[in-house]
Amino acid sequence: MHVPDGFIGVAASAGAGVVALAGLSVAARKAEADLDDRRVPLTGLVAAFVFAAQMIAFPIAGGTSGHLIGGVLAAVLVGPWAGAICLAVVVVVQALFADGGLTALGLNLVNLSLVTTLGGYAVFAALLAVLPRRPMVVPAAAGVAAALSVLFASTAFAVEYALDGRGGADPAVVLAAMTGIHALIAAGEGVVTAGAVGAVLSVRPDLVHARVERETPRLTERPA
Amino acid sequence: MRRRIVAVAFCAVAILAALAAPFASEAPDGLQRVARDEGFAAAEQPHTFDDGPVAGYEVEGVGGETSRGLSALAGVVVAFATAIAACWTLARLRARRGRGAGP
Repeated sequence: MHVPDGFIGVAASAGAGVVALAGLSVAARKAEADLDDRRVPLTGLVAAFVFAAQMIAFPIAGGTSGHLIGGVLAAVLVGPWAGAICLAVVVVVQALFADGGLTALGLNLVNLSLVTTLGGYAVFAALLAVLPRRPMVVPAAAGVAAALSVLFASTAFAVEYALDGRGGADPAVVLAAMTGIHALIAAGEGVVTAGAVGAVLSVRPDLVHARVERETPRLTERPA
Repeated sequence: MRRRIVAVAFCAVAILAALAAPFASEAPDGLQRVARDEGFAAAEQPHTFDDGPVAGYEVEGVGGETSRGLSALAGVVVAFATAIAACWTLARLRARRGRGAGP
């Protein structure tokens, strides 16, 4: 869903750049609380994994391809703020490969790093708060949040297109088309995220972000 | 995390990326598809780095599949190093502030 240069006008792109900078500054400040020497290497692994996963595009219906975004996976593993930073690193590296425009960098940072991690994590945290503490709940909540995060990012692009889109398409139609085509990709994101979180929880529950440990202590205790 | 586990996990991700990337679908992604269907695909402008050495995950002077594998490998290494550098800096900043704010 990387926005190339030209789809969105310069004004809205620059505005998104300001929002991205502000959001990532806040994320950097807040991420400090989550980061210790034990967790720093995990952020590197998360960024590397997300970059790899985003390169591996799968064909989906109708001659279209889709790939994992990984925002919620990152947020659940390293926390939402450090997760936003991991995704921002990935988006910047992709721009060097000419994947995602340079004037559109702010748009891509907002859509793919801020909206997916923070928006998705908000859903994840809300689900954990209301659901019973059962072993399957954490991966399931992560999966649902991940699926919704893809639709959030699609909606974010549609909003940007409504503000300053080029090429004359109807913003309402763009919103419907974006969420429609990404519904299938969202389902894939949900399944893969739930599977990955479940796998990490079963092997190394200590690697899952502290918030999860606090809210579901019984699930993240290592088996004796 | 112990260094050895990090190293093993990183190598696994790097190898997987390098091996799988050449087989990734090159069909248009969701946004490109919408742009084409709704008629704003022509608004796309050329990328500043279109002539760069690694534009479109194609390494200059290297053939298609090898090229994509190499790009994946390079990207994974750079993403890993950059994220660690950024987060290590943040962790250090907090440590320094923590000491400064002490009683």
